[in-house]
Amino acid sequence: MIKSSASLTRSGPCPAHLWIFSSLGKKTIVAVTGILLVLFVIGHLLGNLTVFIGPEALNAYAEKLHSLGPILWVVRLGLLAVVGLHIFFTMLLWKENQKARPKKYIASNPIGTNVFARTMRLSGLIVLAFVVFHLAHFTARVVDPSYATMTTTLDGRQVHDVYSMVVKGFSSAPIVLIYVVGLFLLTSHLSHGLSSLFQTLGITNLRIRKNYELAGRLIAWLLFVGYASIPLSILLSGLAKGAAQ
Amino acid sequence: MKFHLKVWRQKDSHSEGTLEDYTAENIPADASFLEMLDIVNNSLTGKDVPPIQFDSDCREGICGSCSLTINGVPHGPGRGTTCQLYMRNFRDGDTITIEPFRADAFPVQRDVVVDRSAFDRIIQAGGYISERSGSAPDANSVPISKTIADKAMDAAACIGCGACAAACPNGSAMLFVSAKVTHLGLLPQGKPEADRRVLGMVRQMDKEGFGNCSNYYACEAVCPAGVPAAFIGRMNREFTAASMKEMAGMTV
Repeated sequence: MIKSSASLTRSGPCPAHLWIFSSLGKKTIVAVTGILLVLFVIGHLLGNLTVFIGPEALNAYAEKLHSLGPILWVVRLGLLAVVGLHIFFTMLLWKENQKARPKKYIASNPIGTNVFARTMRLSGLIVLAFVVFHLAHFTARVVDPSYATMTTTLDGRQVHDVYSMVVKGFSSAPIVLIYVVGLFLLTSHLSHGLSSLFQTLGITNLRIRKNYELAGRLIAWLLFVGYASIPLSILLSGLAKGAAQ
Repeated sequence: MKFHLKVWRQKDSHSEGTLEDYTAENIPADASFLEMLDIVNNSLTGKDVPPIQFDSDCREGICGSCSLTINGVPHGPGRGTTCQLYMRNFRDGDTITIEPFRADAFPVQRDVVVDRSAFDRIIQAGGYISERSGSAPDANSVPISKTIADKAMDAAACIGCGACAAACPNGSAMLFVSAKVTHLGLLPQGKPEADRRVLGMVRQMDKEGFGNCSNYYACEAVCPAGVPAAFIGRMNREFTAASMKEMAGMTV
């Protein structure tokens, strides 16, 4: 009798395990977790842009998020898990890639790739460090302890004054520099990530691949402009006020 | 023409290799790259230097036997195989570095000859197609649209030379595997075993120790057959779908 395929028999390795730890399975997981993180990045930007509407809009938005209570923690822990999976599977892929090409060419010649693509791991790790700093800065508020005591009244209730905290935070040029550099590396990471994920997930073809790549890069840079506009406009308007006085 | 060559010399798969210098003199501009190496090897006759060993067969650009990484680019400058590269593409007096195709799954056997049998095992893992035996079927009995036939032919253009894996900084063979998965998977003749084929070939590729695609597209840039990297996306889709079917116990 001919045993033609392992999939015909019930015994044999678990198909889910085979898929998850196959080359393409790992890549798919990195792409899907990447999409979830980008959706968070887009949502976070839309929320943050309320800073341009005024103090009340931003404080009301922040208060609304905090009032979610346990749901907020579910989202936070979910994001942490997604970040963990994204990094874990990237590390597995990286280890295999190192092993698959142990010897470099002496006459090395980078072909068909760009600097954003080649520095994905480095940009990713710096973005991770930036996120940790950002959380320490505005969420744990350990960078400047005075943030924690800033309060304001909203609809007659005493709430944390996020607007004043952000304005104070971004009136410092070194802090703004850290943010702009962090955001640039996020953009560099997303520029390759967003333009690659359609290919990884296989939702592409010969004709539209280039369009997807262009769209991915465009979205990455739009996110940069949106995010960087906040610290830069606060710093610059602060400087302008200082000059006027 | 005259060239300064830096050629990778390695005694066998267990030895360490090094780059060694050679001078190629009196090379006709219309000599192919492999003919240039033949001339250099002729000039080594009688000296105490073994000839430079390299792979070649048809020398017509269709068999996929020749390899060589020339100045860091598999198959060298221009988009073709090494055997179809002519010395007029270089400048007189150029220094040319010749290294073997590099990938863990392509062990160097000697000098710039590498063992590419990993590709044969991936093809084997793809299995067979179900086809009526006996006399040849009538030419147009199975209708295939022109677009599908063209796409399948683009994929079938792959000559299995291994330049994709050699160019990839991750040593990934996904362009090769995607071409092979696609050229049968698109056609009605390849449909009955499509799921089994993509699962088998991708798993064998992983087992051989090829790396993972990072979407650098170096493969596409060096492919002498012009196989587009979009086929990798198609393979990803087919593999995920087949894996899902397998998980649901629906694979044939």
